[in-house]
Parts: sequence; structure tokens; C-alpha cells
Amino acid sequence: MYREDTIAAISTPIGIGAIGVIRLSGGKAIKIADQIFRSKSKRRMSKVPSHTVHIGYITTEEKRSSSKKKDDVIDEVLLTVMRAPNSYTGEDVVEISCHGSMVSLNNILSLILKKGAKAAPPGEFTKRAFLNGRLDLVQAEAVCDIISAKTATSLHIAVNQLNGQLSSRINNIRDKLINILTHIEASLDYPEEDIPSLRKDKVIKEINRISCLVEELLDTSLSGMIFREGLSVAIVGKANVGKSTLLNTLLQDDKAIVTSIAGTTRDIIEEWINIEGVPVKIMDTAGFKGARDEIEDLGIQRSKKAIGNADLILFVIDLSVPLNKDDEDIAEIIAGKRYIVVGNKNDLKGVVKKSNIDKLFPLSPGRYSLVKISALKRRGIKQLQHSIRRLFTGKDRVHTESVLVTNLRHKDALRRAGETLVAAKKSCENNDFYEFVVLELRMSLNSLGEITGEVSNEDILNDIFSKFCVGK
Amino acid sequence: MKKDIYDVIVVGGGHAGIEASSACASMGLKTLLVSMNIDNIGQMSCNPAVGGLGKSQLVKEVDALGGLMGELTDRNCIQYRKLNSSKGPAVQASRVQVDMRRYQKSAQHTLENTKNLDIKQDIVERIIVKGKKACGIKTRIRGEIKAKMVVLTPGTFLHGLLHIGLKHFPGGRLGDASSDKLSDNLTEFGFKIGRFKTGTTPRLDGRTINFNILKPQYPDKEFVPFSSNTTGLKLEQVPCYIAHTTPKTHRIIRDNLDRSPLFSGVITGTGVRYCPSIEDKIVKFPERESHHVFLEPEGLDTNLYYPNGISTSLPYDVQIDMVHSIKGLEDARIVKPGYGIEHDYVDPTQLKVTLETKLIENLFLAGQINGTTGYEEAAAQGFMAGINAALKVKERKPFILNRAQAYIGVLIDDLITKGTKEPYRMFTSRAEYRLILREDNADLRLRKFGYELGLVRKNDYRKFKAREKAIADEMNRLKKVKLKPTRRINKKLGSWKTSLIKEAVSLEYLLKRPEISYDHLRLLDKEAKKVTNEISYQVEINVKYQGYIKRQEKEIERFKRTERIKIPSNLDFSEVPSLSKEIKEKLNRLKPFNLGQASRISGVTPAAISILMVYIKKNYRTRRTNRK
Repeated sequence: MYREDTIAAISTPIGIGAIGVIRLSGGKAIKIADQIFRSKSKRRMSKVPSHTVHIGYITTEEKRSSSKKKDDVIDEVLLTVMRAPNSYTGEDVVEISCHGSMVSLNNILSLILKKGAKAAPPGEFTKRAFLNGRLDLVQAEAVCDIISAKTATSLHIAVNQLNGQLSSRINNIRDKLINILTHIEASLDYPEEDIPSLRKDKVIKEINRISCLVEELLDTSLSGMIFREGLSVAIVGKANVGKSTLLNTLLQDDKAIVTSIAGTTRDIIEEWINIEGVPVKIMDTAGFKGARDEIEDLGIQRSKKAIGNADLILFVIDLSVPLNKDDEDIAEIIAGKRYIVVGNKNDLKGVVKKSNIDKLFPLSPGRYSLVKISALKRRGIKQLQHSIRRLFTGKDRVHTESVLVTNLRHKDALRRAGETLVAAKKSCENNDFYEFVVLELRMSLNSLGEITGEVSNEDILNDIFSKFCVGK
Repeated sequence: MKKDIYDVIVVGGGHAGIEASSACASMGLKTLLVSMNIDNIGQMSCNPAVGGLGKSQLVKEVDALGGLMGELTDRNCIQYRKLNSSKGPAVQASRVQVDMRRYQKSAQHTLENTKNLDIKQDIVERIIVKGKKACGIKTRIRGEIKAKMVVLTPGTFLHGLLHIGLKHFPGGRLGDASSDKLSDNLTEFGFKIGRFKTGTTPRLDGRTINFNILKPQYPDKEFVPFSSNTTGLKLEQVPCYIAHTTPKTHRIIRDNLDRSPLFSGVITGTGVRYCPSIEDKIVKFPERESHHVFLEPEGLDTNLYYPNGISTSLPYDVQIDMVHSIKGLEDARIVKPGYGIEHDYVDPTQLKVTLETKLIENLFLAGQINGTTGYEEAAAQGFMAGINAALKVKERKPFILNRAQAYIGVLIDDLITKGTKEPYRMFTSRAEYRLILREDNADLRLRKFGYELGLVRKNDYRKFKAREKAIADEMNRLKKVKLKPTRRINKKLGSWKTSLIKEAVSLEYLLKRPEISYDHLRLLDKEAKKVTNEISYQVEINVKYQGYIKRQEKEIERFKRTERIKIPSNLDFSEVPSLSKEIKEKLNRLKPFNLGQASRISGVTPAAISILMVYIKKNYRTRRTNRK
């Protein structure tokens, strides 16, 4: 039997549907299930028969005794156990059906990865199914195509979605790691040269610095934010331009109170929607209008805060009435953020011209994207959704599954890089020999290389020769 | 068998040729070694030392498998040092200064007395090839000599060009002719040939060196031989001396760079970065005010010293000034000038893992012709090429070592998979599993293969088995023997500043503590006193670094998964669907023999490996993968 690591991935499209399914496959699948799943029947999954379904909780707390505590429960789920060889991949497979929200799916998957599973590369489940004889041989070629197609998509995303930012930051971290490794390796391979000796406390300090960079990246990388919090989009505009109508149209659901009295929305309303595969947290804000009462003023303060936190602003203007001071104020506040100007009420007679809008942005006339819609008549909505997605994920339509997998793989690799850095630091503190410290640092470097696809050994050797005058 | 047909002909009597011919003959094959000048067989053309980081591991491995270099080095050792002795076991390395002339004599004596081995002085002009198969050689004096296999180890001799200042002249080494026809012959066959540059230092007359003001470097007290057959030191032990270049030295070099063939564009071959010439060092590291110069004695019966660190191809008059500007060498006389040498090499990606060429069957290449530098790297390749040529004659399965088994495996895999853009030398940092590939356990890793190949004698193997068993027994004993928390024991532990024990603990448990060594156990336990250092050293490493060793073993398991999946040699990669054109071309050119090697080719993505895996499984179903 073909043996590999245990892998996991979300198997349903993101953000759509009431339930989502996470699939685990491999030798440790059932063991991991036991670590994170508390069945209501108190049975251990390692003991249950194959092809059975169990109800229970996914929990971060391993000890089952403290099951009273609710805090650690992530979700209530149905868990299916299928033992090798009678499963899709031919390995032990566990499928977890949970609530379909991105947050829940993502939390569960993160937990599984922490317990030792690896994020599945594109096409991996199918590949294993094939290698374990679970697929017809005729399907083999199709499998190849799936692997290459999906990889192409995810590569495309990795490059475009992150705008090269991730790889440049990772390369920066790699360079720093290679730099320490170079010093250590040079001192190991050239004991007779005058290579300045490395003090352990200096190495520890440098490892700490690198650790911080990795942590920062984990926290702030767009992928991390999208998956933890979703892409956050704020709808702003002066009072009564139709912000809530737009939100509702996007939601196709009546959540916000919609009236024609200006300033009805006083709190920020947040909703999760799925825009062409990208999970989006959309916020409707109170309208801007020279403050009349305290409640309204408070609302405006909150709106400003929401603008500050948002990844993208939908600046809604009313095309049927002339622009005024409120619009100008908003334009000033959102300058410097990423925004789309949404010209609403396209169905009414328009009075606002392109030149009027240009005046709102004296610093960048014509360099904003403008989408004309009618929120009420649902016109131009598709185009708006497309523009939102494009701003974050490049031109091509994104396959939902690969978006998630690609990014979670990055996150997983970064997490492992971080963990091995901690281990390297510990090894230094224990005063271990440098070659053991190197072992950890190299693992860290390899994890980062999984993201950028670069080999590292030659880099270190090259560096040794350019930095030190070695060799007799 | 006809009398003029050999099983294997080895061309060249350097460190690769010695191991290749000796391995073939020892495996019972009728072997011929052809050398241009048999008096120079086994010559050390560069410095008089064997070993060092990464290299000592190669020598120990060759020895464990039954090769010669370890014994030859031990027998002629005039200084032994263990480098990095204060560092961990994986980066410790033996380095031996040898008596060069005695080394050469020992090598010649050994070969002359090797059964099945003929030695002939002649110049090889062509490889005879029929239908893409090598079947002999054509020499200047004897004409055609037939053989089933040919192993080429010509070192730096192919189109060798020596440089001293702006003067240059052909030669394989100072005093020896170059071999040009053979190189042209390889080009005719269609081999991709490159050009490398290396160099050596002027040799000094020891009587003119002022040793009184130089710092001596003495041998270690303890001698750890390369070979398990060595019983002890045979020769007198002598020191090396350390001198330093001065600002004046650097000025002399800078002022004369226009007369350096390296910097005036005369030399076009790529040089060795890790063995740079002194002019290279001065140009690349202008901020350095001084460089080390190690004065290494060339032997006990000679006054010649090798000033390691000032390899140069500057003109002779500049060499004199440069040497005189070094403290202690003010009056030193140059006996032999330093020189640079350019030579042809064959791009090693044209080789199979057995070192047989992909273009011409039955032709093997080893040593500097494959773009390496160093005696040890040459010996390791020569040895492997010899073994595989012999196995091919015997129609037996090739002998392959992978990256997780030996530095030899790392060396060959690097060469044939990645090629080399500069002369290749071994480092410990090239080995990803270096915690396992130590010089101290080379025999434990490889001896059994040497025995199976018939290169390790039964008696020697029995000796090894006894050692292996003693180590295993002692490991077990340390687990079993428990110390009780008596006052006597705790008093000792207290005096060693390690925590006291409250309940009975095993000796192994104590040895795991960083502050406790095996010598401490000897003071606690009577039986431990009887254990020899050789055994206790292994045991101590195994116990102390168990965690790390286990981890590397796990990594090796992962590595082996792709290594096990063989790629059929007739597979046409352009037929594989979904691979990019670039990857197809690369794979077709390099023809990797397993999936692991394919994955190490630069630019081959993990996705491409998945596709290949599926494709191979589909088209070449093997029994192995269906087994549970």
C-alpha cells in the first residue's frame, strides 16, 4: 500500500451551503479525530466500526473529563469514519460535516493541521485513490490533468492574489535564515579559517528576530486575514444613497432596516457573503451627514473606525442628486484606502457626471474604479461583485477549493517554520552543538521553501564563499 | 579467455585510478592499469594531506568498503589531527599530513602486488567504440588493447594547460605531458566538455625557512586511524607551521595583477571558490589584512615545504617577492614555482549513477574528469566506478549508495543530478543526513556491502561483526543496569554537579544527561571500565543524540519513498501528459533513474513528481506497490 502523511482539506466550496465537509485521509486520520472530537455517545473513534456516523463536538480541549466547559467547543458536527481499504482514497478516511461558515470550517481545519495532518496539495486525494488502486486505470490521465490544472490555478493565485508581497516577505525571512546558517556552516566546515566565532546569545537574538517576522506574516498575510476574518468590505456613503439596499441586494436577504428616512442605519451591520468564491465580511455603516444628534454622531464615529479596518471601501454615491459636502468629506476620509466608487440609482435620471466625481478625488482624477448600479433594480450587481473580487484575486475566475488549499498550505508551512525556529532557539539555549541547531534552522528554511519553491543548500554554500575568505 | 583481452582497463594512475584498478582486480577480474608514467602513480599533485571536513568521511567510507586510501594514508601519516574536536560528532573530521613520496611508493607497491592486475606504461590515444559500446583502447606504443569495460581517470591531464604568469604551456602537471588526443576523442563521441581551472603553490626549501619565529602546529596526542586494519603509527610525527601574509604581500600582488593570467583574461576556466588562489583572495576580500599560510612538510626525507594558502599563477619573479614578504619566509628559496592549470572536464550530468556514461556503454569516468577537486573525491569515484565496471562484467546488479547511506552517495548524486559549475569539493553541509553519516560509523554503515562485494576479507569482516555486536550489547546493558540511589552514588553525582537520583535509574538514563560522559559511568560501574574507547564512543553518541538520530532516521524514511520508485530507463518523458515542455526536456536530458533523483533536478516541481508517479504506476505496474 502506498503510504504517505495524513492529509486534510475542506472538500466543499467556501461560503456556499449550510454545511461544509472536511476530509482527512491517511494513517493518522482516526487518531486525529479522537484528539479533536468528543462524541455524545462518549465512544472513541478508534473503537467504532467502519462506515458509521457519529454526532458530537469538535473541541480544542483534549481531556474529555472537562467536557462541561463550553468555551473550547468549536462546532457541533457529524463525523463519519471509513477504514482502509474501503474508502475513497483506500486509506483511513474521516469526514467531518460541520456548519458551513468559513470561520468554523477554517478553525476546524487549523486544529487538524496542528494535530499533525498536512494541508492536502491539489489533487492529492484523487492521486492517493489512484495509487491505492481505488480508481480505474483509465482515469489516470485525468488525474494528471487535475493535478496540473489545479496547481496552475493555485500557483496563479499565489502569485497574483498576494501581489508578490508574500513571496518578497518570505524571501526576506529566508535571506536572514540563510545568513545565520551560512555563518554556522562556515564555522563547521572551515575550522581552520579565521571565521569570527558565533556567540550563542547572538544567534538566539537573531532567531528571535526571524521568529517575529514569521509571526507577523502569519498574522497579517492577506490569506490569514481572509480565512480568519474574511475579506472585510465597508459600504460607506452619505445618508440615503442606498447603502442598506445595496447590502441587501448583495445579501439577497432583508437584514438591515431599509426606509427612506435618512439616517436609519445607526449601527454597523455585518454580514458574511460569498463573492465569486471569496468569503467577504461586508459592513454597512451609518450615513454621513452633518451630525444632528448624539446617536448619529456616535454612528459616524463607528463608521470611521470601520473604514479604518476595512480592506476595501464601497463608496456609494447617489447619481440622481448633485454631490455635496458630505460626499467630499467621505472622499477625503477614504483617500489612501482601497476603494470602489459605486454610482447608485442608475435607474433614475442622472445628474452626476464623471467630471463631478473626478473633483472628489483631486489627487487621483480618473484613477478610481467606478461601477454604476441600481441596487433597487439589481442592475450592475454582477459587475460590482466582479470588481470586488478582481481587486483581490486577479483576473481569472478562482476555483474555490484551490483558493483555500493554497493559502492554508502557506499558512501551514509558515506555522511549521515558526515552530522549528522555536525549537532552534531552545536547542541554542540548551547549549547543543551547532549541527543540531542547524537541523532545526534547515527545517524552517525548507518549510519556507515550500511556499516559494526554492532550494536552499546551494544558497548557503554560495553565501559562504561570498562572505568568507575560506579555503587554503 | 584470450590473453590480450582484459575485463577492465583503467586509464590513469591517480587516486581514482588506484582505487578503480584495485577494486576490479580484487573482485577477481583481469585488470589493466595504463599510466603515462608509472613512476608517478599515486602522486599527490597538490598538498601533502588527506582528510578534512567532508573528505575524511569519504576516506572512511572507501575504507569500510574495502578500498585503499585509508590504509595508504595511515601508513604514511606524519601528523594526525582531529578537526572540530570541540564540536559535535557529525562535524568532526580526521586530517592527516602524509609523507608524499612514501605514500606514492606504498600505492605503487600495493598495486604491483595486487593479483589479477597488470600495469603498463603507455599513452592512451583513443577509446575503441563499436556500436556505442566501448571495447578497448588504442595506445601510442602497443596499439589496440581490448577490454569489456574501460574506466577513464585522467585527472587534470585532458588538454592540460599550465600557467606561470603570462607564460603558458601544455602539461598535465608540472613535469608531465598533457593528454590531448583522448580529450578530442571524447568530443568526437559527442560529450559536452567544459573547462576548469585549479592551481598550486610554490614549494619551498625548508632549510631557508625561519621556523624559530613561526607558530608550530603539533599533532594530536591520540591517533585515530582511517582504516580498521591499521594498528598504529609507523612514522615519526612532525609539526606544521603557521605563517601570515602581510600588507606588503598584498601590495606586491595588487601591483602585479596585470601579469596574472587569472585577472588579465588569459585563463578562462572556472576556478575553485573554496580553494582560491592568493590573488583571488586579495581581490575579493580587500578588507582582509592578512591570510593564513600553513607550512606543511612534504615528507620526512625531504626539505620541501608546501605553503598552503598561497596557491598562485603569478609570474615567477612576483612569486619570489611575495614569498619573501611573509614573516619567517624572508630568505625562503622557491624550489618549484606555483602554477595554475586549466583542464577539460566532462559535464557529469552525462553519467549514470554507476558513473558509466549515458552516451557510450561500458565506458566509466571518475575523478577530476567529472569536475571534482580533491584526492578523496577522486578516490571515492574511482572506487565506485571500478566496482560497477566489475559488476557489469559479472552481469550483477550495480552497487549504488544513496544520499542517506554515504557521503559517496551525496557526491555522486550531486554530480549526476545537478552537474557542477565549478570544481566540486565535499563539505559536511552538502549532506542533509550528516548526523547519521559520520566518520566514526562508516564501517557500521557500509562494511557489510564491502563484504558482499568481495572487497572485505572474511577475517576483517568477522572483526567488524564483533565490534558491531559489542556496541549493541553495551547499548542493551546500559538500558538494563540500574543504579540505586545509595549515598556513595549520589556523592559522586553531586561532585559532578549533576542532579542526584531518588530512585533506581538506568546507566543509559544517566548518560543522556549532557554533563555526564561515558568516562563518568566508568567511575560508577565496574563493567563499564572493561569497555574499550572505540565501543564506548559509539555507545555514547547513540545514547546522547538518540532524539536527533531518530529524527534523521524518520526523514530518511520519507526520502526513501520516492527513492524506491524506479524510473524505467526507456521512459520517454515527452510522452508523459501534463508535464511542461521545459520539465520534459530536462528530464529527457538527465534521465533520472528514480523519482527521488528526478525531484532533486532544479526546476522539477512537486506537481511534476506527482504526475510522474501516476504515469509510472499506470504504465509500468510493479509488484511492490500492490503489496500491502
